[in-house]
Amino acid sequence: MPWAEALIASKSEELPSPQEGRVLSYVDALHEALALALGLDPNVIVLGQGVNDPKGMFGVTTGLHKNFGIERVFDTPLSEEGLFGVCTGAAMNGIRPVYLHNRPDFLLLAFNQIVSHASKFHYLDNGETSVPLVSWAAIGRGWGSGAQHSQAIQGLLLGVPGLKIVMPSTPYDAKGLMLAAIADNNPVLIFEHRWCMRNKGVVPEGIYEVPLGKGVYRQTGNDLTIVGTSHSIELATQAMGELSDSGITADVIDLRTLKPLDEDIIFESVRKTGKILIVDTGWEMGGVCAEIGCLVAEKCFSSLKAPVRRIGLPDIPTPAGYTLEQLLYPDVQRIAGVIKEMV
Amino acid sequence: MTIKYKYSGRGYSSRENQALSLDKELLVAFYRDMLRIRRIEEEIESRYHEDEMKSPIHLVMGHEAVSVGSCSALKKDDLIYCGHRTHGHYLAKGGSLKGMLSELYCRINGCAGSRGGSMHLLDKSVGMAGSSAIVAGAIPIATGAALSFQLKKQEQVVVAYLGDAATEEGACWEAVNFAALKKLPVIFFCENNFFSVCSSLEVRQPANVEIYKKAEGFGLPGVQIDGTQVLDVYEATQKAVARARKGEGPTFIEALTYRWRGHGGAGDDSASGYRDPEEVRHWEQFCPINGLYDYLVKKGLYNAAEKDLAEKEITAEIQEAFEFAISSPNPEEKDLYTHVYSP
Ligand SMILES: Cc1ncc(C[n+]2csc(CCOP(=O)(O)OP(=O)(O)O)c2C)c(N)n1
Repeated sequence: MPWAEALIASKSEELPSPQEGRVLSYVDALHEALALALGLDPNVIVLGQGVNDPKGMFGVTTGLHKNFGIERVFDTPLSEEGLFGVCTGAAMNGIRPVYLHNRPDFLLLAFNQIVSHASKFHYLDNGETSVPLVSWAAIGRGWGSGAQHSQAIQGLLLGVPGLKIVMPSTPYDAKGLMLAAIADNNPVLIFEHRWCMRNKGVVPEGIYEVPLGKGVYRQTGNDLTIVGTSHSIELATQAMGELSDSGITADVIDLRTLKPLDEDIIFESVRKTGKILIVDTGWEMGGVCAEIGCLVAEKCFSSLKAPVRRIGLPDIPTPAGYTLEQLLYPDVQRIAGVIKEMV
Repeated sequence: MTIKYKYSGRGYSSRENQALSLDKELLVAFYRDMLRIRRIEEEIESRYHEDEMKSPIHLVMGHEAVSVGSCSALKKDDLIYCGHRTHGHYLAKGGSLKGMLSELYCRINGCAGSRGGSMHLLDKSVGMAGSSAIVAGAIPIATGAALSFQLKKQEQVVVAYLGDAATEEGACWEAVNFAALKKLPVIFFCENNFFSVCSSLEVRQPANVEIYKKAEGFGLPGVQIDGTQVLDVYEATQKAVARARKGEGPTFIEALTYRWRGHGGAGDDSASGYRDPEEVRHWEQFCPINGLYDYLVKKGLYNAAEKDLAEKEITAEIQEAFEFAISSPNPEEKDLYTHVYSP
């Protein structure tokens, strides 16, 4: 197990999110994670439409094929279901594929393999076979992404046993969660957000992991709990910034992974604040907001001082036009408004 | 009604004056293995009404030559993947009869720990690496297994069994395209029995485009063989295996065969009207097992006394295995929760 050995050798562990040190772009952090993984373990492969393009996939894969060879870093036919199945079969036989997609929308073609195959085999064959694969896609927003290039589909997959779902927000997490996902022996879906990918942040060199299934406090406070992931938690943090003069304080929790869900950190905070606002890039109905809201109502009812609130997307498709799009997406002002209402 | 799908092969007549290319031991093993599968299926069928095997079954009577001929051309560490019709392939690949029957009886010591049932007789120890009850679902996965062998420079090959209806799914051709592109060591083995449940081939695929010809269009060799003839199956598979092991890539084999029973469950359901019961009688004349028996007797390689002995041994094995399965323990509640995620 080269992974395990290398990780132990490097004493990889979760560092406290550093405030100082080398600053890297989100994209470069991901690139570094892939390069490290490819260097560490000959069984890691990186594939996807255009990963060998001159600019790589969003820059995340640029030049990797030159260093690690086109047997291990390769472009794929446009066969999302087929190739997801190929990754599953390869993973069942010792390979650790990282299959990249431009958009989660394209993964909808692969649902059969994701839902009915990759996440089922370990259970189906009574634990004999593992499926250590990573599938990565970046959620789009804006400039006409529209109904078919902006979908944040994490909510559709939340109820699938055997899957893990990761949604980073910072460059540090993007790298650490990618490394953890590749090292994990289960199918892991990573949903980035294109807007988070513009961020820069402190990213240590070398190997470290951000554990799957553990959320982190981005801020602490007393008036309410705000939970979410990815671009949503970024917006919520900005909303708290807007409210800095108001005296409102909140626990802002970046869950980082939706599945496994860090229930403990949510309940710990809600028991303290008595109020929760859930933010998500996906639809409110039946999704992440709905699930966490229900969990809190079920398990923290006696601590709640106000109704659960959620800010996700309304039950409508994404329009492509600029004005309609602005009206669809929750922005910092709207989130700040809800926070004020709640306090 | 009329007989729509006639047997089009030449049986063993084409081999009558030919010198034997295989030794007696192997030929007798072919016979015995096919007979064993037939008798096992008959016993399952005769007990199915007791409703103790609470598992949807898809019997393989009529298909025995496909399983035995192809698996005999494989080594133990070669892998097979298949669809819902698993019994013959599992047994021919060396699967445990006790493990299989315990699985059908939903016992904890079933080959998949009672998680798979008849459609998922998974057993890594004999290379029964995966099956899918979603038509065509396992084809890309088998292709991924072949990719893993190629990447790790291992000599193993993979067989993906599929029905004629599986060639109506996009994922099948996505996998075939990818396998041809990468020259993967995989054999796509289509068992064309002319039916998908009650829908005949003529309402599903245009006439006059044979399935193996479609495969050829993807740039890999396609062959059509007589699926009732174990020697034809063996030779075709051997050739495909040799090609795959040499790194020359995949082969698509289409074996014409016939399912003697209904799509699922016990008994023949032709009387319901989707096919002429006479068509079944017609194909029964080309029994893969009796055909080989007559041939072996003619060649002086086998006789009635040896057959009787084989029948006795097989009956004893089957009775013991049924007793074993029926007296095996049921799973407990704790068994429900294990192996959702891999450690
Ligand atoms: C994707 C999908 N569609 C439909 C079914 C229902 N179904 C189960 S088996 C079967 C027939 C498949 O026929 P074929 O692939 O030719 O195999 P055979 O049963 O003849 O061995 C069908 C339609 C399914 N399991 N999966």
